[in-house]
Amino acid sequence: MSHPEAADQTRTALDAAAVGQAIDCLADKLLRKLPELEQLSLIGLPTRGVPLARRLAARISEADGGPSCPLIGQMDITFHRDDLSLRRPAPHVTDVPFDINDRDVLLVDDVLFTGRSTRAALDALHDLGRPKRILLAALIDRGPEHRRLPLHADFVGAEISTTFEETVFVKLKEVDGLDAVEVAVR
Amino acid sequence: MSTWQHKDLLGIRELSRADIDLIHETARGFRQVINRPIKKVPSLRGRTVINLFVEPSTRTRASFELAAKRLSADVVQLDGNSSSFTKGESLKDTGRNLEAMHADYIVLRHSAAGASHFLADRLGASIINAGDGAHEHPTQALLDTFTMRERLGDLTGKHVLIVGDILFSRVARSNIWALLKLGAKVTLVGPRTLLPERFTELGENVTVRHELDSVLPEADVIMLLRIQHERQKKAMFPSLGEYISLFGVTPQRFAECRPDTLIMHPGPINRGVELDNALADGANSVVLEQVTNGLAVRMAILYLLGGGNAQELQS
Repeated sequence: MSHPEAADQTRTALDAAAVGQAIDCLADKLLRKLPELEQLSLIGLPTRGVPLARRLAARISEADGGPSCPLIGQMDITFHRDDLSLRRPAPHVTDVPFDINDRDVLLVDDVLFTGRSTRAALDALHDLGRPKRILLAALIDRGPEHRRLPLHADFVGAEISTTFEETVFVKLKEVDGLDAVEVAVR
Repeated sequence: MSTWQHKDLLGIRELSRADIDLIHETARGFRQVINRPIKKVPSLRGRTVINLFVEPSTRTRASFELAAKRLSADVVQLDGNSSSFTKGESLKDTGRNLEAMHADYIVLRHSAAGASHFLADRLGASIINAGDGAHEHPTQALLDTFTMRERLGDLTGKHVLIVGDILFSRVARSNIWALLKLGAKVTLVGPRTLLPERFTELGENVTVRHELDSVLPEADVIMLLRIQHERQKKAMFPSLGEYISLFGVTPQRFAECRPDTLIMHPGPINRGVELDNALADGANSVVLEQVTNGLAVRMAILYLLGGGNAQELQS
């Protein structure tokens, strides 16, 4: 995501209550699928995928009753990006404190747009091991018409209709002090 | 976090505090990469790194080669004694030929101060100074200060002793610049012949001392330098025995330090001269951590520089 201050105009697509509902929706879909998943672990993609993964994990352990609290980690994808010839972002911390081999791994991202970040995440994940299955949860899906790669999310909190030129900013309390989804027009 | 703006890495003197912070932050990411089973990322796929070492080196050369390979770049190693330098080719011609082969980076070690500046002004490739004479060795200082920050946190007000052959040391010069930019206090210690008073002109946080014992209890870090026989035209101190008795870090001397004082050395160590054998391998020594961190720091530098504007020039 680029800088919000560079935008001419920003509109709020989801307020705090709607973000809460989107996370509820995402958690419900995940819980329904949970019986099929084995040794589920959540890996958040920085920055905002990380608190999102924590919130989802908390919801799963509440619903499931404590002991089956899912494993949780975070994974930087910077070095696997396909736009490094254009810019060199500083990396985030990778901390996956468990073996991902033969597990069902749920990647958690804030926004699914072109699919390029997801592609980088799949490559980065395979440097850590060979999961049994990889799933993707995105709080916001900007819609399949913007996809540039043949990828989709298994779980989506909310769909937002945007033009390709717009930028979506997910804000979460843990990082930004409030919950909101904003759309900026450049 | 700021963004990287430089084509080359020539010296610490040209870097800002924000540049150093960015390199260290990026190196932290790469340290995670080099600690896992698959130690390679595709960030520099398709780029070419040429290690041009006109002066010998083991550690720095191997470290740059591995750093480039772990970023998926192609690496060519050129040594002074096996290259056309022995046939009298100029540095400029060698550099231009390497660029004609579409080199994106040239890592240069050279005995002449300013050699990497000379190439950087003439080539579109990113030039990385891997040591130029007694001038600068920026990647060493970046890995040394990275190691200190990982161990001590913020270096503001931390007291670093640099002991030994300061006059001939590019490691000392680069470290002094880096430590001053990071807010540390630097005390240089060595015999008068190897440590002129004018070093205090580098900054108000630089002190020059010609004896070691009185400053040991204040040190957070003791950085030892190798006595560089090859850079001395004549003996700069009467005997090795006298040097050891005055400036060698021995167990008795180290007992005067705080128990958590770090011992650092850029290598290669003259064991039993500037540093006692057992201390070099002891609990306070971080010399091998420096080597590991060196790999991560060099990966960060190659990553941030991005191969200069060579690609645009070629297209």
